[in-house]
Amino acid sequence: MFGYYLRLGIKSISRHPALSFLMMLAVGLGIGVSMTLFSLHYTMSADPIPEKSDQLFAVTLDAWDPEDSYRGNTQGLPPWELTYRDATALLESDIPTRQIAMHKSYFTLNMDASEIKPFMVTTRQTTKDFFEMFNVPFLYGSAWDSATDESLEQVVVLSKATNEKVFGGVDSVGKTIRLNTHDFRVLGVLDTWEPKIKYYDVNNGAIDESEDLFMPFALSAALELPFGGNTNCWKQEEIVGHQGMLNSECIFIQYWAELTSAQQKSEYQAFIDSYANEQKKLGRFERPINNRLDDVVSWIEINEVVPSDLTIMVGLAFLFMAVCLFNAVGLLLARFLAKSPVIALRRAVGASKRAIFSQHLVEVGLIGLGGGLIGIVLAVFGLMGLSTLIEDIDHVARFSWSLGAIAIGLSLGATLLAGLYPTWRICRVQPSSQLKTQ
Amino acid sequence: MTIRPILSALLRNRTGAILVVGQIALTLAIVVNAVFIIQQRLEHIGRPTGMDVNNIVSTRVQGFGDDYDHLATVREDLAMLKSLPGVVSAVASNAIPLSGSGSATGWRDSDGEDPKSASGNYYNVSAEVMETFGFSLYAGRTFTPEEIDSRVVADTPGNYLPKLVMITKELAIELFETPDVVGRMLFDGLGEGTQIIGVIDRMMGSWVGWENVGNVALLPSVSDRPWTRYAIRVEPGKADAMVPVIEKALEDRNITRVVTSTETMESMAKSSYDADKAVAVVLTIVVFLLFIVAGLGIVGLASFTVNQRTKQIGTRRAIGARKRDIITYFMTENWLLTTIGVAIGSILAVALNLWLADAYGLERLNYWYVPAAVAALWILGLVAVAGPARRASKISPAIATRTV
Repeated sequence: MFGYYLRLGIKSISRHPALSFLMMLAVGLGIGVSMTLFSLHYTMSADPIPEKSDQLFAVTLDAWDPEDSYRGNTQGLPPWELTYRDATALLESDIPTRQIAMHKSYFTLNMDASEIKPFMVTTRQTTKDFFEMFNVPFLYGSAWDSATDESLEQVVVLSKATNEKVFGGVDSVGKTIRLNTHDFRVLGVLDTWEPKIKYYDVNNGAIDESEDLFMPFALSAALELPFGGNTNCWKQEEIVGHQGMLNSECIFIQYWAELTSAQQKSEYQAFIDSYANEQKKLGRFERPINNRLDDVVSWIEINEVVPSDLTIMVGLAFLFMAVCLFNAVGLLLARFLAKSPVIALRRAVGASKRAIFSQHLVEVGLIGLGGGLIGIVLAVFGLMGLSTLIEDIDHVARFSWSLGAIAIGLSLGATLLAGLYPTWRICRVQPSSQLKTQ
Repeated sequence: MTIRPILSALLRNRTGAILVVGQIALTLAIVVNAVFIIQQRLEHIGRPTGMDVNNIVSTRVQGFGDDYDHLATVREDLAMLKSLPGVVSAVASNAIPLSGSGSATGWRDSDGEDPKSASGNYYNVSAEVMETFGFSLYAGRTFTPEEIDSRVVADTPGNYLPKLVMITKELAIELFETPDVVGRMLFDGLGEGTQIIGVIDRMMGSWVGWENVGNVALLPSVSDRPWTRYAIRVEPGKADAMVPVIEKALEDRNITRVVTSTETMESMAKSSYDADKAVAVVLTIVVFLLFIVAGLGIVGLASFTVNQRTKQIGTRRAIGARKRDIITYFMTENWLLTTIGVAIGSILAVALNLWLADAYGLERLNYWYVPAAVAALWILGLVAVAGPARRASKISPAIATRTV
């Protein structure tokens, strides 16, 4: 029967092409506008590492100003980052399966006798677990080991793009690059790694690209590397030189722990809380104990990676879609009721209400499908428009197959729901009332 | 023309009426809130900066190598830049206003107990800062070249404070409750003091979304860290053309350093406002489409009712109604529906705004937006129904006799 209804529906639609197109356009406009904004929202709030996001925890400790919570934030969250001394103390724990302390910095990459003009690179100073923890793929070589984390050996892992720029993409393991005045040996080269959200450090823009190269965390103190990310201080203390910064209450270190079971997590929570209590005895951590372990998804949430502007616009866009649907219902009603005489005839020669209902619902579905397709086209253009409006969002303002499926599903669902009333009206047509006026 | 027959006709065809009312109500709620948000963003983007943003080029230099002498390089760079044709003046600074990158610190009005405090961006700058950024002075004076300190300065505030400072009027008023503060002392978090020698009428800091963006302090100093930014004021209208010239001139000095991020201040400011602009543009498109969709919806439903009532219209015409009566009938009917719609919509609009204010910290609506949108929708309704109503009036009385 479905095939027959489908044929009837297509026939009915092609008999009134203009009106049918108008209905699809009404639905399509609503879908297009809401899917444009929803897609951006969906991509930015999506879990960037679904295979283990519930095992990775951002570690935050509240060692902030006793007089004032961090940036006066209202939810009473601890600061986003740690002090250097707290981070190095936490690294001593053997509870987590993996853990990393890290910060961002920058260098001038300059090669001897080479046509490559010196250029600035962003770097991440991190302990070795970074790559295994965040499932970072390697193209050549590997990460450093725990011995290298201690040895102060000057080694780097290059991003794929950096390797292409400096070594033309060949296997550069074992080669040397010069950063400022230091020589570094290449240990590994990453494969393409483009997390849409830079969830492991959202401080300088949650949709920034990941760093150009990676090196052991211990080199940060040894080479007195500048802190290139976000540095925040609350305490009025004399800070002299690089060592002064490392000893200060300023925060600039990001810290993550991989905890694979609930038991491990509660053990680790107990560990950081007891660390904070220890520090209280030394006159630090004067605020109430407030140390958190946030998994990736809640980290993205509390850092407001999705701007509230966008959420508001998605809401308004869905309201706009409601107006479009009201519109489509009106048009459908007009169209179906205009067909009353034909329906009456069919009812008179034996079609059941059920058959009439199904037949028209299939027709409504076809309109929803058409609207969904128009909506997808509009959303693709809409996202292109958004990327020209806002710099550097190309990689999140992208349409995908799954978003296409959502668009079609939404369009079908909303149109069928809205079409229920007109369809119900039409199967209540009394054969007698219509036939007698002919 | 009485309203009663219209009402009873509407009650007989409730669906069409509900559809029109629903559309109008939702449209009003969205339009009011969207236009309010657009208006706020445009005001935000259009705030006066206090600076000659259109004629400034900025760049960043980073030294590397053992033989790099930063302080000498900065001195020579500035002299070279000023000698370039088309350049008016140049200043070294740790950050550029409106760029999204910068440093901030907390200031106090005294070093005693219970001081008043305010935070704001600060810039370590060389002389000619006023000529370069193009701000004006409310009182006092700017720095002389001799007053620029080039001692060792760490990247953190609180470490070292020059003896003199210029601050914006906004910061002065927040801290001292008066803009007349030339000669008074400004204190940092450690209780070190610096003397205010000039008060700037207005100047914006680095982060355009920050509530304290109008609080700026200028400190006469050049850091010995091996990097700096330059702001270069060029002759009016030449900013874009000077970008490559300036970059090349700095690179041609052939020092062990890199020159990066050379761009106009205008384009930096523009990207800082990207998100605000996108919100305004997207919502403008939504409002525009809404008017079209709602208008077409009214046209569609009105045409539908006219078709449905062809016979009745014919009958009315046959028993003496004039064309004008028919037009008035449909216009009044539609006006009634629009009015019910905007009444419900006004409540929805305010409720939506209150909810947005509560959940997302949006500002409360200026309530005159509601009557303005109501008027717009009334007009939209009347324009949209005019066509179908005219068509209705052309239905011939003969129709009434034909199909009965």
